[in-house]
Amino acid sequence: MHGQPRKAPKPEDEAASAAKAEKLRSLQSQFLCFHHSNIYSKEALEVNSRLLEINPEYYTAWNYRKLAVEHRLTQSESDPDSVNSILNEELKVVESALRQNFKSYGAWHHRKWVLSKGQSSLDHELRLLDRFQKADSRNFHAWNYRRFVASLLNISEVDELQYTTDMINKNFSNYSAWHNRSVLLSNLLKRKAQGFFPKEKVLNEEYELVHQALFTDPDDQSGWFYHLWLLEQTVKADAPLLVSSWPAHDSNLILLGESCLEDSALSPFNTFHSELGTIPLVVYFNKAVEGVNSSTISVESVLNTKGELTWKPLSTNNSQTAQVWVTYLNYPNIKLHSSEFYPVEVSVGHTQGIISSSGFHYSHPSRFAFKVFVRPFEKDLAGHGVEMVSWREDNFLLYESHSQESNPILSLDQLNIKDDHEESSLKWRAETIANEIALFRELLSEINCKIGKLTLARLLIAHETMLSPIANKMVHSEEVIELYSDLMKLDSPHSQYYKDERSLVLLQQITSNRESLLRYCFRHGDRTSSILGNSMCLRLNNISLSRMGSIEKLLWVQMLDLSHNELRSIEGLEAMQLLSCLNLSNNKLSSFTALGPLRLLKSLKVLDISFNEIGSHSIDTTRYLCSSPLSHTEEIDWSHDETVTGDVNLTNYWEAFLIFKDLNLTQLDIVGNAIADEKFKSFLVKIVPTLKWLDGQELQLH
Amino acid sequence: MSEDASSYPPIEPTKFDLIVVGTGLQESVIAAAASANGKTVLHLDPNSSYGSHYASLSLRDLSNFLNSHPAPHPSTSSNGHDFTPIPLAARPLYSHVEISSFVPEILDDEHSRKFNIDLCGPRVLFCADKTIDLILKSGANQYIDFKSVDSSFVCDASGRLTSVPDSRAAIFKDKSLGLREKNQLMRFFKLVQQHLGGGENERISEQDLESPFVEFLKKMRLPPKIKSIILYAIAMADYDQDNVELCEDVLKTKDGIDRLALYYSSVGRFPNALGAFLYPIYGHGELPQAFCRRAAVKGCIHVLRMPMIALLMDKCTGHYKGVRLSSGQDLFSHQLILDPSSVVPLPLISSPKDSPRENRQILGLGDEKRKVARGICITRSSLRPDTSNFLVVYPPRSLYPEQVTSIRALQIGSDLAVCPSGMFVLYFCTLCHDANQGIKSLNAAMDSLLTLPKSSHSESSTTVHSENSAEVKPTVLWKALYIQELTMDQFESINSTAMPDGNFNYNNILDAALKLFQKVYPDEELFPETVSPENPEDDNEFSVES
Repeated sequence: MHGQPRKAPKPEDEAASAAKAEKLRSLQSQFLCFHHSNIYSKEALEVNSRLLEINPEYYTAWNYRKLAVEHRLTQSESDPDSVNSILNEELKVVESALRQNFKSYGAWHHRKWVLSKGQSSLDHELRLLDRFQKADSRNFHAWNYRRFVASLLNISEVDELQYTTDMINKNFSNYSAWHNRSVLLSNLLKRKAQGFFPKEKVLNEEYELVHQALFTDPDDQSGWFYHLWLLEQTVKADAPLLVSSWPAHDSNLILLGESCLEDSALSPFNTFHSELGTIPLVVYFNKAVEGVNSSTISVESVLNTKGELTWKPLSTNNSQTAQVWVTYLNYPNIKLHSSEFYPVEVSVGHTQGIISSSGFHYSHPSRFAFKVFVRPFEKDLAGHGVEMVSWREDNFLLYESHSQESNPILSLDQLNIKDDHEESSLKWRAETIANEIALFRELLSEINCKIGKLTLARLLIAHETMLSPIANKMVHSEEVIELYSDLMKLDSPHSQYYKDERSLVLLQQITSNRESLLRYCFRHGDRTSSILGNSMCLRLNNISLSRMGSIEKLLWVQMLDLSHNELRSIEGLEAMQLLSCLNLSNNKLSSFTALGPLRLLKSLKVLDISFNEIGSHSIDTTRYLCSSPLSHTEEIDWSHDETVTGDVNLTNYWEAFLIFKDLNLTQLDIVGNAIADEKFKSFLVKIVPTLKWLDGQELQLH
Repeated sequence: MSEDASSYPPIEPTKFDLIVVGTGLQESVIAAAASANGKTVLHLDPNSSYGSHYASLSLRDLSNFLNSHPAPHPSTSSNGHDFTPIPLAARPLYSHVEISSFVPEILDDEHSRKFNIDLCGPRVLFCADKTIDLILKSGANQYIDFKSVDSSFVCDASGRLTSVPDSRAAIFKDKSLGLREKNQLMRFFKLVQQHLGGGENERISEQDLESPFVEFLKKMRLPPKIKSIILYAIAMADYDQDNVELCEDVLKTKDGIDRLALYYSSVGRFPNALGAFLYPIYGHGELPQAFCRRAAVKGCIHVLRMPMIALLMDKCTGHYKGVRLSSGQDLFSHQLILDPSSVVPLPLISSPKDSPRENRQILGLGDEKRKVARGICITRSSLRPDTSNFLVVYPPRSLYPEQVTSIRALQIGSDLAVCPSGMFVLYFCTLCHDANQGIKSLNAAMDSLLTLPKSSHSESSTTVHSENSAEVKPTVLWKALYIQELTMDQFESINSTAMPDGNFNYNNILDAALKLFQKVYPDEELFPETVSPENPEDDNEFSVES
């Protein structure tokens, strides 16, 4: 059944298959003839059953049988014997079809259909299944059918679980058996069936079982899949949690008016410069949630004078479920005074309504508060023009922190609310993961095993985040990075995945504490520029990132340098609502679709996407991963198009159009992409009227 | 044997291609093979049942067989023919026979006959071994049914049995191995599989293949526990391999791997067989009988209870001509095969064309210095509550420091029709040089597993608690111990078969029989393929009862 090489057909086999095809064609035309004239005679059914015996994959033939059965049943409604014989006949036809091909979907489905009429005896079904399991214990059709029969027969889940144990004991290389086990256990654990509570005890036993498989034969993947499922049961917190916010808890936000002079004495982490008269308020959850609104999150502040706040999901596919939500607090200029501070208090989840996409409620009501200070306006500088931002290396100076300054990272932690009744479960989880880590270290000391390395890397990260969501010590990050680097060499077909994982770990490491983060913080020292005021730039350039992560710790960033990496996507960047300058130059972005997250960054002014691969690939592979207008999830205001674009042929550039039309960029660098010809540039100038600099050239149009 | 052979009617015809004396496995295989090739064969046995030293007997017949001291053959006279009769001498093959019955009624006639006790136990067949192939090829499978032996165990000094993890599924299920050990053992199995089935670069190096297996296992960093399981419970090594200087029979990596391969390919060969081993229903005596029946189908004549008293030698050439039976009849044949019970007087060996030493090397079975100590115990309860048919191996030094050889044991229950229901037969054996040493080993193994009643007529059949554990040891109802000689195979002009060896399976015995057949009939194919409707090659014809 498995692992048998295919043989090339011999000439006599080919002759036989030609004869078979001939026979099949003739049966088929006879059958279709009966079918079209709705004939359900004995003879017609006979032709059909012969046809299905040869070709069980013929769906039309199965459907015809269903019609025929319905027809014959209505004619013999009163007589239970004839009903029985009609249905038994069907079961026989299915059996002979399955003998021909035991993986025929149509045949299995027909059998289910017949049985669901509730007229047939089910005893035979288990015997039939036994025969199939003997022929091939990994036949997933038979397993699937077994679940169906077991539920019809009301066989207890405990018995079925024992059956999977028996099958696994015979040969543990059986995905279907392990899978069925996970399904049955999920149900038993969910309803806390007798002997299946507490969950911790049951899972420990399952770990014990799967370890036997993993150690006996680490090359067999089926056990690893079950192990992954177990890890998920161990690690996952069902309820969504708030992981960070901007402004952070207990922070003192300094609000700079338009064109305020920079002041190096102010902490750049907490200084915010807004021209829109609003402060974004961002909440970041550990998983996508829905139901974030003014009743589930209450905001108490004098700043919020307009009544109810509108929360917006930061999701690129326009769904109402998102991990990050934003709202805007208004601050009418006249009411604010520099001598005062304005406290804001945010309560999350005190009324129910925030639900994760898997249906779990936000169950840890939390509260965070911050204060807003205002710097007085200095009107005389308001006339100062906007300057071009230069990313030149000599414009950056490593940031020297002031010890008294508030720490953007520590403040996150106060959001973590500990729950006493979860303590013991947390302890078990940490112990379990620690135990797994020790085991897989032992396994890897014996053999070089790809999936073992991957599992160890995952375990270390899980352990890290579980034990110290607060401290974020990241004691294992070097080891994990090494494991992923190893895997990239060992398993090059999946190197992109390992590279992505490594990027995430690297970012976790960088953002794990204040000291390590500060090594990447630079003052942008271009004295001629004033657009950024007291500007600080986070420079994550040239560190081989293929993916962005740890964004929940970077919500404060206004200027970000991601140049000279290997980014193919900027997924997640949409959460950085304060971002005004972004450098993505010299990456591997291959289309405008990949820039989708930028559309949600309303503050973005300066963008460098030069020297990427936009336009060099005829097939946009990101379109399958990210949303696009073709996926019908975009809100497109088509009426807007003609007015702006006029004579430009939009069809060539509509992806670019979708990205740029909502941005108010003043500066864009696009040189070094295949798409960036003169025609395209002139198109950009049209659709981005705010643009002042394009590829370093000041535009003369305004 | 008790009947007077002279009352038999004379045998017709009087000339044969081959006369075979003794119905042991080797003789029966050769007789069946010769018959299958169209030879006329006369198959004689002085005993009243088939099997000779491979027979399965009732308790009474077994003790009679072991204790019988064949009377010297009456002197024969030469009647002026052109041949000289040379009287045969009987060879003592069993010694130190010690049979104790603790429950007298076990020997009641009715009871005694319900036993089919193997003389050459403990013995099993590997599902993938040559014997099974030969049984299938010869068509003897029609006459014999097998059952799977449930499991095998390694026994430690405290008498604790731990199961032998002999397959992927068994390693997975094993409770006594640690995770790391499971990984190491399975990896070693894979290495062997790759060596056997893989390409050039997956093979184990020649240098390693020639090295002692124990060194190779060390090189593979296998821990002592696993090493011991592989050496003694899977590769079935006889002597302590850890002490290479003192070891009489160092197992080479090459051979160790072959044995592993045999074991591994045995697991799962037959769908109904759970483990690697099979046992014939009604005992091992069924095997020679099945070959005899096969021979009979092809025209072989069998005569039981017919001792042969002398060889007839050509007066001129000094070559073999025929045999004289105890009935007084002279029969002639081109070839003769003798079982090891009789010895041809020495002078006959003095005119060799090729040296006997060389012949010994050809067949290579047995060693005059070595003996096999065998033991049989009958109990009323199984050593393991959950299973009745299983092997037990005691590696060297596992019972006491001076134990130099492995001790092997086999428990067979009444479901294999070897004893009355509710009883169990336990076989023990070990190789030895000295009878006392062999008996000491067997007694040590028996003591660790069983309770022996103090008085030989004690009625007690209850179980007794052992000192160091709460487990109960079965009580012995009947016990036999004996030393069996290992004999050489062959003489110059007279071909002789060997005694059963000390192994679990018949591979060496069968190899020797096939070589003997080849020597007698160098140009004949062994059991040529027939286009019979029986289709003996079809494994499905092979009956393993579940």
